[in-house]
Amino acid sequence: MGGNKITNFLRKYMMLIATVVVVFAFYSITFGKTLYPMNIDSLISQNAYVFVLGTGMLLCILTGGNIDLSVGSVVCLAGGLGAMILKSIPDHLWPIAFIAMIAMGLLVGLWHGYWIAYRDVPPFIATLVGMLAFRGLANIIMQGKSVDVDNRAFLNIFGGGNSCYIPGPTIVDKLAPYKAGLINYREMGTFSTDPEVIKRTIAAFQQNIDDGVWEGRKLESAKATVTELSMLLKQQCNVVCLIVFALLAVGLVIFTFVNRKRLIAKGYKVDALSSVVIKTVLIAIVIIWFGYKLSCYQGIPTALIWIALVLGLFAYITTKTTLGRNLYAVGGNAKATRLSGIDTKKVMFSAYTLMGVLSGFAGVLNIARLQGSTPTYGVGYEMDAIAACFIGGASAYGGTGSIGGVIIGAALMGIINQGMSIADTPVNYQKVVKGIVLIAAVLFDVIMQMRRKGAKKKASNVAASEKGGAKA
Amino acid sequence: MAKVLLEMNSITKTFPGVKALDNVNLQVEEGEIHALVGENGAGKSTLMNVLSGIYPYGSYEGDIIYDGEVCNFHNIKDSEKKGIVIIHQELALIPYMTIGENMFLGNEQGSKWCIDWNKTYAEADKYLEMVGLTDSSKTLIKDIGTGKQQLVEIAKALAKHAKLLILDEPTSSLNETDSRALLDLMKKLKGEGMTMIIISHKLNEVSYVADKITVIRDGSTIETLDAAKDDISETRIIKGMVGREITDRFPKRHDVEIGDVMMEVKDWTVYHPEFSERKVCDDISINVRAGEVVGIYGLMGAGRTELAMSIFGRSYGIGISGELKLKGRQVTLKSPKQAIEAGLAYVTEDRKGNGLVLSNSILRNTTLANLKGVSSGTFIDNDKEYAVAQEYVEKLRTKTPSVEQLVGNLSGGNQQKVLLAKWMFANPDVLILDEPTRGIDVGAKYEIYCIINDLAKAGKSVVMISSELPEVIGMSDRIYIMNQAKIVGEMKASEATQENIMACIVGVEGDTTGADGEGSEA
Repeated sequence: MGGNKITNFLRKYMMLIATVVVVFAFYSITFGKTLYPMNIDSLISQNAYVFVLGTGMLLCILTGGNIDLSVGSVVCLAGGLGAMILKSIPDHLWPIAFIAMIAMGLLVGLWHGYWIAYRDVPPFIATLVGMLAFRGLANIIMQGKSVDVDNRAFLNIFGGGNSCYIPGPTIVDKLAPYKAGLINYREMGTFSTDPEVIKRTIAAFQQNIDDGVWEGRKLESAKATVTELSMLLKQQCNVVCLIVFALLAVGLVIFTFVNRKRLIAKGYKVDALSSVVIKTVLIAIVIIWFGYKLSCYQGIPTALIWIALVLGLFAYITTKTTLGRNLYAVGGNAKATRLSGIDTKKVMFSAYTLMGVLSGFAGVLNIARLQGSTPTYGVGYEMDAIAACFIGGASAYGGTGSIGGVIIGAALMGIINQGMSIADTPVNYQKVVKGIVLIAAVLFDVIMQMRRKGAKKKASNVAASEKGGAKA
Repeated sequence: MAKVLLEMNSITKTFPGVKALDNVNLQVEEGEIHALVGENGAGKSTLMNVLSGIYPYGSYEGDIIYDGEVCNFHNIKDSEKKGIVIIHQELALIPYMTIGENMFLGNEQGSKWCIDWNKTYAEADKYLEMVGLTDSSKTLIKDIGTGKQQLVEIAKALAKHAKLLILDEPTSSLNETDSRALLDLMKKLKGEGMTMIIISHKLNEVSYVADKITVIRDGSTIETLDAAKDDISETRIIKGMVGREITDRFPKRHDVEIGDVMMEVKDWTVYHPEFSERKVCDDISINVRAGEVVGIYGLMGAGRTELAMSIFGRSYGIGISGELKLKGRQVTLKSPKQAIEAGLAYVTEDRKGNGLVLSNSILRNTTLANLKGVSSGTFIDNDKEYAVAQEYVEKLRTKTPSVEQLVGNLSGGNQQKVLLAKWMFANPDVLILDEPTRGIDVGAKYEIYCIINDLAKAGKSVVMISSELPEVIGMSDRIYIMNQAKIVGEMKASEATQENIMACIVGVEGDTTGADGEGSEA
């Protein structure tokens, strides 16, 4: 069964491995630019909507591969409504706009849910209608014009502009000189943490660049070195951010081992200690690294907090509540679920209602980040959300998928998008690459599925004999 | 003596772990109607699948000699080329296409790049006339009744230039008049030189139409009766079909006290959801007491599953009428949810389609029908759920590495146990078990029987639907016999024998065919 073990391992972690590979690929293509603190920061704020919409889309996909095509239009509709309200009320009343946008999303969700669950309109059709109609409504509300949002409180809370970070004191980054020294060693052959040495290196590089000594990739690389060294010289760290992420990492480690002990005490089967240790340490390192990077820029972006809240809440709903359980059951076998006394219509209704609310919330994040709303916002968002789910391993037939998958799917797409932008790939090629990534992810899943079935066929003949018996 | 058209010699077909066909021999002469009879699971359909190439050459042992040559069919196309056409029990027609389009589906008339519709419909009309159908070939399939659809299937087969026509349960979904018309058409085609094999459970029809009858039991041919020489009365056929010993395959129940009536169904009538004039349950009255195991025996298509599902929160059928009493109180159950709340459970015959969520774990399937039992409000208590699933895995001795195992990876017997666990955890008073041992091996069957006995001992009422006679007789306290949507007999298990149960079924069939003028019963 050794082959099967590898298959299972790959199945479980393939997308994670792919993400790591992609990160390193872009790191080397762009001479490290993709991992600059500010790029990591913008990766989050630019893709906030994918995480939020992907979460809602997952609920719909779980019920049987159903999708919601309208989310882009709903983002625009809720955003447009919010922007109009924000413009016409005093600044301190911004919660009214927030509530109105969420309510708008809720209404849309109820509308879709009603037609899909109780009137048997195919989800594709019902949400295609929504896609067209709500885009139109958004235009009507905004009268076809873009509307600016300059409500400071609103922008800060939902992650727009330059000051939407958790504030906190900063300290000088003590690690930066060592990193600068390493770069100095790579470029000049001497390791030194002395700022004066680094400054001289920068000056020498700048001179050569200005004199046109280098060209092509060498020139690009030199430019990147100059930028990075200059950045490292004045790097500061946000203390709040560092503390929060350090606590997160410590919390994770403690939780993992306390929980494992509890499970063992109750007689559950648990993974081997070594694999748990490796996994936990790796995750903790990633968390700390991530926190360090964010702290080097401006700290924790507020958008990240919202994403974390949404993902956390829905991870809980999908795994620990009856509603979540029913979503998986309906997608796995709707008939059996109905015969088990579960109101499958209500389950469908709930999925689309929650999708609506999340679309409204994505609208909030969207107008905050872009500091305004225009009639074309949100075009194509539905496809990003759908792609994130499928790349994250959700089944196109429903019944399987997870919030963890959505996180990986959305992150992978975001990393590819940003990496290609930084590497100056033309926009049209970027789309082609995204398409290829999607088909590759799904294809991988299909192949793994087939291999598993093949292995099963060989292993179990009882199942086959039963099939034969039924046919006879 | 006529020429032998088809000879199947010592066919043996093994599925891993089970011999579906064991040394079967079949000889069909040109221009005869040859009937294959046997109980469910005897191997009739498997044999026909071997013949038509669905199970390709090499996956079975033995020879097929057709028209004087040994044939190695690799797929249906191969056998159709030779003129062997099989018409399956479930009609394979597309409702929103015309008769003509359906008839030539995959065999389109005209050139490669352009379908000649005039030719298609002209040809179609020609074949329709041959089967005595007057509708235009441009009529949509959905607009004609099942009887006519069956005729279209035959016309379609004729259009493929069939020489040997295999009909698998052709009358199972037809009413009496349509059935008779179909049988007469078969006789007419025989007169024109067509050779036919018919598989049927309806023995009166077999007696009526067949020239020869081959009886298959447990994957072997038992005998072939010749209408010209032998007695082919229904009683004689049954003797061949069921001549099996009841051994101690069934665990005994001791000291189970049979209590009050728990569930009573009165004058229960249900109509088919698609063909709304057809009754699938006709004026049925049954009851079951606490601690009692009641068997419902009937052949496939007798309406047993339909009865059970319509009782279980109207999950099947339309126009349901009749009374349902649980513990003496009259109730109306409009959904499975209400049925479960009222203390009813229906364990489906189709565990993969209607019973289990194969992509979910044992744990999740076990608690699916009673999530309330392991959660407070909407929050699931994972520890409790795990304990429950573990408890049932141990209690029913389900073979699995852990309760996290996906149900799709289990064997049939273990899947059945998970299904039973699900319904036992829902804690019902009345369990309706529909074919609880279908498609599982003998060892697992015995374990399922023990579980049924334990349920009875715990004071539950069990209704066990089965088409295996020995099982019904061996397990039940009381037996209802169902045939053609009606209860045709009731007897204590102690008085039941295979012969007198079969006699109940034959009795009714004899009556309805005897009285032709009575018209269609459905």
